[in-house]
Amino acid sequence: METLTGLFTDYTLRTVALGAAALGIVSGALGAFAVLRRQALLGDAMSHAALPGVALAFLLTGSRAPLVLMIGAGLTGWLAAVAVVGIVRASRIKTDTAMALTLSVGFGAGLVALTYVQRQPGAGKAGLDRFLFGQAAAILQTDVVTMAAVGALGLLAVLALWKEFKLLSFDPDFAATLGMPSRRLDVALTSLLVVAIVVGLKTVGVVLMSAMVVAPGAAARQWTDRLGVMVLLSALFGAAAGVLGAVLSTAAGVSTGPTIVLTATGLVAASMLFAPNRGLLWARLRARRRRWLLARETVLADLAALIAQHPRSVRQAHDVAALHSLRGRSAVNRALAELGAQGLVRHHHDNAWSLTSRGWTAAARLERRRAPADAP
Amino acid sequence: MSARADGGPARAGADPAASRANADAAANGAGTGADPADPDGRGELLAVHATDVTLAYQQRPVLWDVDLEVPRGALMAIVGPNGAGKTTLLRTVLGLLRPAAGGVRIFGRPYAEQRRLVAYVPQRSSVDWDFPTTVLDVVTMGTYGGLGWVRRPGASERRRAQAALAQVGMQDYEARQISQLSGGQQQRVFLARALVQDAQVYLMDEPFQGVDATTERTIVELLRALRADGRTVVAVHHDLQTVREYFTHVTLLNVRRIADGPVAEAFTEANLRLTYGGRMAGIGAARAPDHAEPPA
Amino acid sequence: MTPAQLQVLAVAVVVAAACAVPGVFLVLRRMAMLSDAISHTVLLGIVLAFLVVADLRSPILIVGAALVGLLTVALVEAVNRTGLVREDTAIGLVFPALFSIAVILISSLAGNVHLDTHAVLLGEIAFAPFNRFTPFGVDLGPAALWVMGGILLLDALFAAVFYKELKLSAFDPALAAALGFSPALIHYGLMALVSVTAVGAFDAVGSILVVALMVGPPACAYLLTDRLPRMLMLSVGIGAASAVGGYWLARVLDANIAGAMAAVVGAAFGLTLAFAPQRGLLAAAQRRRRQRWTFARQLLLIHLATHEGSASEAAESRLDHMQRHMRWPAAFTARVVQTAADRNLVVQRDARLYLTDHGRAEARAAAVR
Repeated sequence: METLTGLFTDYTLRTVALGAAALGIVSGALGAFAVLRRQALLGDAMSHAALPGVALAFLLTGSRAPLVLMIGAGLTGWLAAVAVVGIVRASRIKTDTAMALTLSVGFGAGLVALTYVQRQPGAGKAGLDRFLFGQAAAILQTDVVTMAAVGALGLLAVLALWKEFKLLSFDPDFAATLGMPSRRLDVALTSLLVVAIVVGLKTVGVVLMSAMVVAPGAAARQWTDRLGVMVLLSALFGAAAGVLGAVLSTAAGVSTGPTIVLTATGLVAASMLFAPNRGLLWARLRARRRRWLLARETVLADLAALIAQHPRSVRQAHDVAALHSLRGRSAVNRALAELGAQGLVRHHHDNAWSLTSRGWTAAARLERRRAPADAP
Repeated sequence: MSARADGGPARAGADPAASRANADAAANGAGTGADPADPDGRGELLAVHATDVTLAYQQRPVLWDVDLEVPRGALMAIVGPNGAGKTTLLRTVLGLLRPAAGGVRIFGRPYAEQRRLVAYVPQRSSVDWDFPTTVLDVVTMGTYGGLGWVRRPGASERRRAQAALAQVGMQDYEARQISQLSGGQQQRVFLARALVQDAQVYLMDEPFQGVDATTERTIVELLRALRADGRTVVAVHHDLQTVREYFTHVTLLNVRRIADGPVAEAFTEANLRLTYGGRMAGIGAARAPDHAEPPA
Repeated sequence: MTPAQLQVLAVAVVVAAACAVPGVFLVLRRMAMLSDAISHTVLLGIVLAFLVVADLRSPILIVGAALVGLLTVALVEAVNRTGLVREDTAIGLVFPALFSIAVILISSLAGNVHLDTHAVLLGEIAFAPFNRFTPFGVDLGPAALWVMGGILLLDALFAAVFYKELKLSAFDPALAAALGFSPALIHYGLMALVSVTAVGAFDAVGSILVVALMVGPPACAYLLTDRLPRMLMLSVGIGAASAVGGYWLARVLDANIAGAMAAVVGAAFGLTLAFAPQRGLLAAAQRRRRQRWTFARQLLLIHLATHEGSASEAAESRLDHMQRHMRWPAAFTARVVQTAADRNLVVQRDARLYLTDHGRAEARAAAVR
């Protein structure tokens, strides 16, 4: 590995990192809308269908300029989206089938075109097959500049039409009643998804690019309930996954696309677990806390009931051994200690406890609250 | 392209001298000087007038030659069995559906020109409640129509949204994510969004559907306040028991218009039988006895 | 044709047929995109199983792949159940991640194994004849033919044995569950089948084109018939035909065979979509054109009936009003009125229309619908 990293000058690494960052920011920010609009799988179909566009653009122009290839990829990717929507609208074929069909047929056509290109004299391997899985090491400065420029245009469009896109994603009918051209805005926002995909062609590849569109948005959604923050975070997560993945893959000598995708997936998993409010871990802790508070209340109620069986000695201490055998010694003791700290019970000696007057009030309140639920 | 381009010139031509009555509604309305609901100053126009609307989904008629006449200041319920085309009619009025025949006018002009006079409260199920947006944010969306392209809502839009939230008793929830609200609270947020639009005509799709008692009271008070203010409300309504209490006018619909007019005249047992009769043997059967009974 | 070419064709046909059977149920259950997910992730199963048995020809690989296929479905469901992301996002997160792990594992094993990412994506059916099935030293033909034949048999058997359960759960999952057919069992059974089929087909056509063969032919058949048995047979037939067509296209273009097959599947779908007898675009357009006249005539009758006897009858039944109201061009209006008059539904006098008794009855019938 050492020798491998040694092969890269700082310049190359910097280019790779910059390219990955640009890719992450653009696909993250634009992908956030795709996640919200349930277009995750449409993005997958579009990115696979971008492959024939790359090959055709090269066949028609003979140029390998990043912009030319991106335009070609964008065109066929966009056509794939049109095909999916068109097939669903015009026939009984459902969306999932239309997407799977478009995806695989588009990719198949891409393979035919790609193998055809590679057999042309002078094309060599043409660097085209790295569009399958991406290769960060092959990123040149012109690639980075093109990615940044195309991406910036996409981001500007989102910024300019922010409230329109927001309303379209949330409540398209309401947008239409306000006089917004929903159909055209829909087409525009879906076209921006194409931009999110083509910027990643060379770094991540068509096979896995959809994950880069989906993952940052899915991660960002867990941290916030505001669209603006979500899009910003999504761009940030995208950039982080891009740079980290690109550098790791270059250092370890493995495919770039999969490494970036795994990094992004890691971010999603961490967000789903640890994000405050929505995170599964916090939800689990909250549920445990609720269960414990309920158990503590039960101990208070049990103690009250126990003492009430001996009405003459209401103020005296009672042995809680019965509770121990009923609910478990350690849990009962912990509950009693906490209740004691709240001034609801008093410890006398050994297993002997009594209720304070506040404790009786609380127990009576519990009794009232539980009664209607138990009664038929 | 935009609502302003459509709406602006039409009102600019109105004669300011003709403006009368409801001066305050005009002032905080679209701000053109003339009464926005009465651009020609004739005063006798229907708030909503749909004529002979016919609409079919894949050649299956959903609305056949339906008229809808809503006088200014009316609280009108659209009532009919499932599949009667109630929501379709509302969506047609809003220009979301294009009828095969017939047309819709709002205060005598096409919807596209009068867009700013109309506010819409959709069915709660029609939006994505998990969307990352807060209560205040949703209500602020009501101001988007007046902003035009590119411009963002600012402090004054936010203030208006907050005022509308207070009107429906939701001021304490403005920072909540919308999925953390009860059904009734969600409905009130939608109402607040419509209030922000400061419209002349409010179109509501089942505003009472699945709401709690508090919300139901809030909505009823709101309807009365709107009426007192000279505004017009058209609501798709399911609960036949409350039609008399909540509304002044009613349209009975079942693919065709069965009857319409002031509640006292049109909401009769005979008309209800005509409306629900054809369906009683079908889906309406189970609910027919208590629903078809005319309220006392 | 050389024997080798014939053998390639035979493998292609069997692969296509084997993919079509589970594909029909995927399409009917609206789970086509799961075939995409599974066809990617089975690679991880192959790699992991290979790490254990260190033999690329071991049947354990298929078992491993099927298990990971099921794991994919279970993971998607688990992520979905958290309620934190939607189902499409869950699919879009899970399978790229599992696939990425597989690709990275392969690239780090590179050199030791004849298993590279290109073969995985593109398949190399052209090499199928070189890998022989030789039990006890007897050459029984290409191994791929035997493997896929076995899988085809398994698919057919599964479909035959669980036919009524599959059918019911595809058309009415709630009823199926109510009748006591465990939806989970059928679901996972089908997914295991998809996984096994994907692994088998994988070698020949590559992971992404498995999707084309699983989804394309059933999609065509879905446009051609409403009956499940016919849909199954049509799917197998269309799949096989596409495989043969793709093979020839690839030879003509000197291009990747699997890619060409997918392209032919796409073309077959395009043709079916355009020309299917009842559900095709052409047939639908024709039907719409016919219905447009019927509908326009009904519109006319109902409009006349609505205003008959009302104060506005004179104005509403004028021809020029009708034209404006319906937003019909003059020629169209004239033709609608003409056909209505031909059928004795209306009579025209002084640019006004009157309903005949027959027309009145027709209007009532149309309105009641």
